[in-house]
Amino acid sequence: MWKGDYTFTTRCLVEKDFKIRYRNMSLGMFWSLLNPLIMMGVLWFIFVKVFPGNTMPYYPLAVLCGIVPFNFFSIAWANGTSSLLDSVGLVKRVPVPRQIIPIASVFSNCMHLLIQVGLLLVLVLAFGPRINIEWLWLPVLWALEIVFVCGLALIFSAVNVYVRDARYFVESANNILFWLVPVFYSFSIIPARFREIYMYNPIAALVMALRNILLEGRAPASSLLSKLTLVSFGTLVVGWFVFKKLQERFYEYL
Amino acid sequence: MSLIEFDHVTKTFPHAAGRVLLRTHLLRWFSSEKHTLFYALKNISFTMERGECLGIVGRNGAGKSTLLGMVAGLAKPNGGRVRVNGRVGALLELGSGFHPDLSGAENLVLNASLLGIGKKRIAELFDQIVEFSGVADFINEPLRTFSSGMSLRLAFSVAIHTEPDLLLIDEILGVGDSAFQAKCADALESYRRRGGSLLFVSHSGATVRKMCDRAIWLDHGELMMEGNPDAVLKEYEGTSEAVAAAAQPT
Repeated sequence: MWKGDYTFTTRCLVEKDFKIRYRNMSLGMFWSLLNPLIMMGVLWFIFVKVFPGNTMPYYPLAVLCGIVPFNFFSIAWANGTSSLLDSVGLVKRVPVPRQIIPIASVFSNCMHLLIQVGLLLVLVLAFGPRINIEWLWLPVLWALEIVFVCGLALIFSAVNVYVRDARYFVESANNILFWLVPVFYSFSIIPARFREIYMYNPIAALVMALRNILLEGRAPASSLLSKLTLVSFGTLVVGWFVFKKLQERFYEYL
Repeated sequence: MSLIEFDHVTKTFPHAAGRVLLRTHLLRWFSSEKHTLFYALKNISFTMERGECLGIVGRNGAGKSTLLGMVAGLAKPNGGRVRVNGRVGALLELGSGFHPDLSGAENLVLNASLLGIGKKRIAELFDQIVEFSGVADFINEPLRTFSSGMSLRLAFSVAIHTEPDLLLIDEILGVGDSAFQAKCADALESYRRRGGSLLFVSHSGATVRKMCDRAIWLDHGELMMEGNPDAVLKEYEGTSEAVAAAAQPT
């Protein structure tokens, strides 16, 4: 039985990922800032200049409220999915609780997220409405997103050991979700009968909540928060048990 | 309570493992053809007591590494029962869990934490581990600049300093120069004097004869013989020579 320190070991793995990624990248952090800014510029050009008639207030900021959580979600989900195959040596040779591996891979994307959230908040302060008390919700929302992605990473990393195409499924799903999450359009133009469904997608819910807080200065609806919490923790619990069951035969399939 | 109990343990591997795409699963689903299983271990029973040093010998593919993997809790038996009562330190492959882009010191901390050592204990042990490994001059260099002998020394040094109840070693002690080998032997000796147990896989009869109290000979997943190292090795080496002689063109 492994009696180590879960938090410390996870931190060591996160630091490892982080050091490896940024040691080999001269522009390092700068990329984290550049990518969402370029996306924001492109979407702003298309939906403000090419297709005028867009009535969303603070359109570039609203887009950024979509891009930042979506970027984190899609990259962390994809990295999490391939994490076990990337660490075959650990899975096959070191008796360490294997849940740590996908979870550490999600957390190592958090630095990226932190930088982008910083960028978002700075731009909102510079060009958007003023800071308000509802900003206190922000840490809760980001935490819920991380919980949700950890759950997904547990499920998909384990499935990916048995069915190596899982990675391609995740890539395609990410492409589709970019359109289904209100990244570049507002929630209000979604026909009413689809809205309920939208709210069960944690990433869409998160985008809405961010716009409520940062651009409209009001707290997100409690129904939205409760759905977000339910789905996030539900995914984590399901992921934990799926992983526990599937990991029994990792040794044979890796 | 024994340290290790194997009770009629069987371990199988699916033959298609490794090439697992959705297509593989679908084909298997639709075809009536039964997929064949490979038996890595067949109905193995043995026990190992605390303080013992048990050697496992056998040719390639005999199931030695699978057996170690099961003791470490990395693989579950398909039949029978495996019980291990104690903290296992595994040294199954040269620097598993090491990353070439991290420095020696970073790898040391990471590896120790993966072996289940807390942050405080690692800080206490750090100097000792570096000192023992003899790579102090390079400890802040990236691991890819280390020779394989140096990596091994660091890996061994971490494993032996984490003071496990049971140390698993998979035929890696042959690496490193003779001075370090002697140092390893001394370290293992004093580890055993402190009550540590050792489960040891090797091709080399000499090492097993020198270190082990008892040996097990595996062949094609079956337990051929168990007992005194000299007796087991005599049988094993006799068969190997016969096989080698048979394979020689006359």
